[in-house]
Amino acid sequence: MAISREEVLHVAHLARLEFSEEELERFTRELSSILDYVAKLSEVDTSGVEPTYNALRLENRFREDEVRESFPAEEILRNAPEREGSSFVVPRVIKG
Amino acid sequence: MEERSILSLRERLRRRELSAEELTRYFLERIERLDPKVKAYITVTPEEALAQAREADRRLSSGEDLPLLGIPVAIKDNICTRGVRTTCASRILENFVPPYDATVVERLKAAGAVILGKTNLDEFAMGSSTENSAFFPTRNPWNLERVPGGSSGGSAAAVSAWLCAGALGSDTGGSIRQPASFCGVVGFKPTYGRVSRYGLVAFASSLDQIGPLSRTVADAALLLQVIGGPDPRDSTSYPEPQPDYLSELERSPEGLRIGIPRECFSEGLSEEVRRVLDGALQAVKDMGCEIKEVSLPHLEYALPAYYIIAPAEASSNLARYDGVKYGLRVSGRDLMDMYKKTRSQGFGPEVKRRIMLGTYALSAGYYEAFYRKASQIRTLIIRDFEEAFSEVDLILMPASPTPAFRLGEKTDDPLQMYLSDIYTIPVNLAGLPGLSLPVGFTEEGLPVGVQIIGPQLADAPVLRLGHTLEKTLGLNLQPPLE
Repeated sequence: MAISREEVLHVAHLARLEFSEEELERFTRELSSILDYVAKLSEVDTSGVEPTYNALRLENRFREDEVRESFPAEEILRNAPEREGSSFVVPRVIKG
Repeated sequence: MEERSILSLRERLRRRELSAEELTRYFLERIERLDPKVKAYITVTPEEALAQAREADRRLSSGEDLPLLGIPVAIKDNICTRGVRTTCASRILENFVPPYDATVVERLKAAGAVILGKTNLDEFAMGSSTENSAFFPTRNPWNLERVPGGSSGGSAAAVSAWLCAGALGSDTGGSIRQPASFCGVVGFKPTYGRVSRYGLVAFASSLDQIGPLSRTVADAALLLQVIGGPDPRDSTSYPEPQPDYLSELERSPEGLRIGIPRECFSEGLSEEVRRVLDGALQAVKDMGCEIKEVSLPHLEYALPAYYIIAPAEASSNLARYDGVKYGLRVSGRDLMDMYKKTRSQGFGPEVKRRIMLGTYALSAGYYEAFYRKASQIRTLIIRDFEEAFSEVDLILMPASPTPAFRLGEKTDDPLQMYLSDIYTIPVNLAGLPGLSLPVGFTEEGLPVGVQIIGPQLADAPVLRLGHTLEKTLGLNLQPPLE
């Protein structure tokens, strides 16, 4: 089950990745061979089988919505690639 | 230094034959001398470690008794440590300094442990050889031309080379058990939910589990006792308290029914590994256990199902690395360009491969055929284990199909690398406890591990069988490094 170069480009955009020509060629080849391998799953008849998303089959757990102490903003901002005062700085999003 | 284990060090610390500071200096000296060859650590924190050791000495002399008081340990570098950078062996987190400790780190500190540093891994724990680290590969202390396994290769190599008394790793598809097998140490992946994941950098949340790597099964039991148990900050942590693992170890395994899955001993298993495992099996029989053949008919589908489920969860979890709040930022002409440049320069090839695979599997039109299908197969794999565990108490199977391979041997073929985890992945899919225990050597002198698996929450019986088997075999597990 081959994946096309165009599909790889589309998925890369969804994943916010970009590739050089060489990488694009390599990822197309590698993803195709991995997808060939996982196509093996279609051999199994799974009609009527419930999917598992958590092996312990845990249910949602709820708690009261209480105000608790959190991190000081200054500690969180220490890892910011770019900041101004108590804000994260990002490239302009709205055209001005 | 005599017997290499946490429990024996603890006795000597308690008897005041040795101070925590002396012990910490001993390990720091070994790291300085031997780690340039092994390269197990990304970050070593001598000052913090010595401060913690001196504090431990104060408490020891005032008669305080804590489970790990003064014991030097190492932490895989995808587990957050307050004030100490946590890189995940990725360029994207190269300078990330967490503002908090993971629950497991908090618990280690509360138990008096001394933290020596952070160990190497495959980037974001994606890999089976530690060659996917963005910084450098770690080497196997038994043979420096061989890989230590992965992704917790740094932790496994550090324990093996005695560059720490014990370590934490994480295991999503075998990342504790396979490197333990390659490096001749004990590695335990507890039941999913036994150990809080709060502060573990997420890879595949329904599979990730933190666990110990150590020289002995008793040490693994002790470390698990400290780090495990419910945590309100992880809603998937198991709500009931843990049993007392150490006292459970002393019960005799006689009469336990041990299952051998016939599918594990067919094609793909190396002859040398088979020979060593046959010896281990005989030892288990001699201990008075009953051996029974069982079947896991969907075993061959575990690996392909995993390579849908894990990348799907990873592609979602790794969406957070966008260059905005922390981590690397590469500037671009606009926001989209900044995202793309940051992620493309920040992630290595294996991480990109998995993000791509996961994004594809979750994308419109493919979700049913891939993600849902794989999750249904996950149910069938769980049923296979349930069926097997209706006839036996524990299962014995290989930890890895081969001993440690050479550096560079599998880096050009992702699928070959993935096959290294063929026996460990089903255990994560089913959320089971799995122990990897060294049980012998190849002719070349490389260690080989066996895997002991139990039903969900049967962590204690798994450790008990491992402990008895370890005592019976009495292997010498010092690598020829010095």
